[in-house]
Amino acid sequence: MAPAAVVPSTRLAVEYWLLTYRRNWKGSLLTSFLSPILFLAAMGLGLGSLVDAEVGSGRDLGGLDYLDFLAPGLLAGNAMMLAVNESTYPVLGGFKWYRTYMAMASSPLRGRDILLGHFTYMAFRVTLASFVFLGVMAAFGSVSSPLAVLAPLCAALCGMAFATPTAAFVATRINADNFSTYTRFVIMPMFLFSGIFYPVSQLPIVLEQIAWLTPVWHGVRLCRALSTGSGMEWELVGHLAYLVALILIGTLIASRTFTRRLYE
Amino acid sequence: MWPYPHQVSLIAAWGLTKRFGDFTAVDGIDFEVERGEVFGFLGPNGAGKSSTMRMIGCVSDPTGGALRILGMDPSREGTKIRSRLGVVPQQDNLDEELSVAENLYVYGRYFDLPRSMLRTRIAELLEFVQLTERANDHVEPLSGGMKRRLTIARALISEPEVLLLDEPTTGLDPQARHVVWERLWTLKRQGVTQVLTTHYMDEAEQLCDRLVVMDRGKIVAEGSPRQLIERYSTREVVEVRTHGQVTVMAEALRRLGESPEAQARDELYERVEELPDRVLLYTDQGERLVALLGEVEHESVLVRRSTLEDVFLHLTGRSLVD
Repeated sequence: MAPAAVVPSTRLAVEYWLLTYRRNWKGSLLTSFLSPILFLAAMGLGLGSLVDAEVGSGRDLGGLDYLDFLAPGLLAGNAMMLAVNESTYPVLGGFKWYRTYMAMASSPLRGRDILLGHFTYMAFRVTLASFVFLGVMAAFGSVSSPLAVLAPLCAALCGMAFATPTAAFVATRINADNFSTYTRFVIMPMFLFSGIFYPVSQLPIVLEQIAWLTPVWHGVRLCRALSTGSGMEWELVGHLAYLVALILIGTLIASRTFTRRLYE
Repeated sequence: MWPYPHQVSLIAAWGLTKRFGDFTAVDGIDFEVERGEVFGFLGPNGAGKSSTMRMIGCVSDPTGGALRILGMDPSREGTKIRSRLGVVPQQDNLDEELSVAENLYVYGRYFDLPRSMLRTRIAELLEFVQLTERANDHVEPLSGGMKRRLTIARALISEPEVLLLDEPTTGLDPQARHVVWERLWTLKRQGVTQVLTTHYMDEAEQLCDRLVVMDRGKIVAEGSPRQLIERYSTREVVEVRTHGQVTVMAEALRRLGESPEAQARDELYERVEELPDRVLLYTDQGERLVALLGEVEHESVLVRRSTLEDVFLHLTGRSLVD
């Protein structure tokens, strides 16, 4: 009579997200291709030819062509943007519009399965897009170290360092009113001022120090070191630790805000 | 400690309470649901029905009192309990981007049901809710009634012992409602225990073996629809309509009840209820009452059976459809 006990797990929640991904993977993969092509062509090649003419392979860019300097930075920045997208509207939708989370909550799945299931899927999306990005970078000839294959993983860490606290915050929102403000005035400045387009040493010292605190700067440093194969071993460990710590903290807070919202 | 060691009911609540800040949504209610019965929570919006359902569904912890579902404590064994429940929420939460069959599949996977088993069950359930032809269609364009049926099918994917239905037919047109009711009757014949909330009187009368009437977080009456009507209403209700002023007519009707002729035998009616456009007379002798109505000026008369609506009016003094 008694049915076999269900062992709930994150894996079962991930299956849902993968099924929805199977529905629109073509579109999302195409975007993952086009976005780096456009950026690298316009800024790396277009703007880069000017920069290289003026600065040469100057000391400020660590002896790199502008394209080679820019591409790994964009890899991290792109991961951040995608992760923020994936952790705003889809998360609020899970509670409010599509009520996916609510449907999951009525099944044997636990709050942590629901949360970690979605986070796992976000990480998968960002990792996949970052590998595509790396492929485009390679096609542009701006990959100079075999270590570069690790760069997308670091980009994904950078993305999740944004996604987890963002999702934690979104779970407390009634509506999407503040989302565009958040993207425009929190995320966009980080994209512009965290060492993607130029070294943060070009900034006034105050801004430079702020930049050091942003997760994206750590992601940019990691990706650049790996794709160019330029040392910085111990510094890399620090960057990694910083991103992992943020992900852990974000997940911890999210598990509180999710639980409150799911089981109020 | 659990004070009721011999509890055998499928679901049992003692002093069950849910507070949100200062607001008490569910105010110390007691009820038991037996295996195989259809049990209803009837009440207006805001009576605490949905909060109660969420506690039974183990997605909301009680603030006070005790609750046992399938003999287990929801705050400790929520996952185990939920694996044996089927839930039809008030608001459909189907995935509109997925197909009809995929919705069932993905929900079944939350219960870790093997793929091969799901294939068979999905086919059977789609047959059961008459959606076989739409299996591969997207959910988005389906009618409200179809979505509701799909949600019911989804709740059945794990062959639950208890089906929880929160306002199963709210917002459906009459035809769609009857299709849903008919499916729920079939499930009842198959022995599936059902707990439902509704603010429709006819729904409660049609479906429920037993029900409780809730108002402002409390249970104000309990019994089978028949029992409730017998206890809180009369056999018949005479509805008298007027073009003129209702108060004037009500006064005339009250005098009629006090007339010597009316007093000659049993009481003519038990109660008089004034509504904006008509007066209700609760009586056990509708025909006799109608025969005497010639003396009172009125537009039309209708004698009907008493319903749960009348019970509710009597219990709470206001109309149910708020």
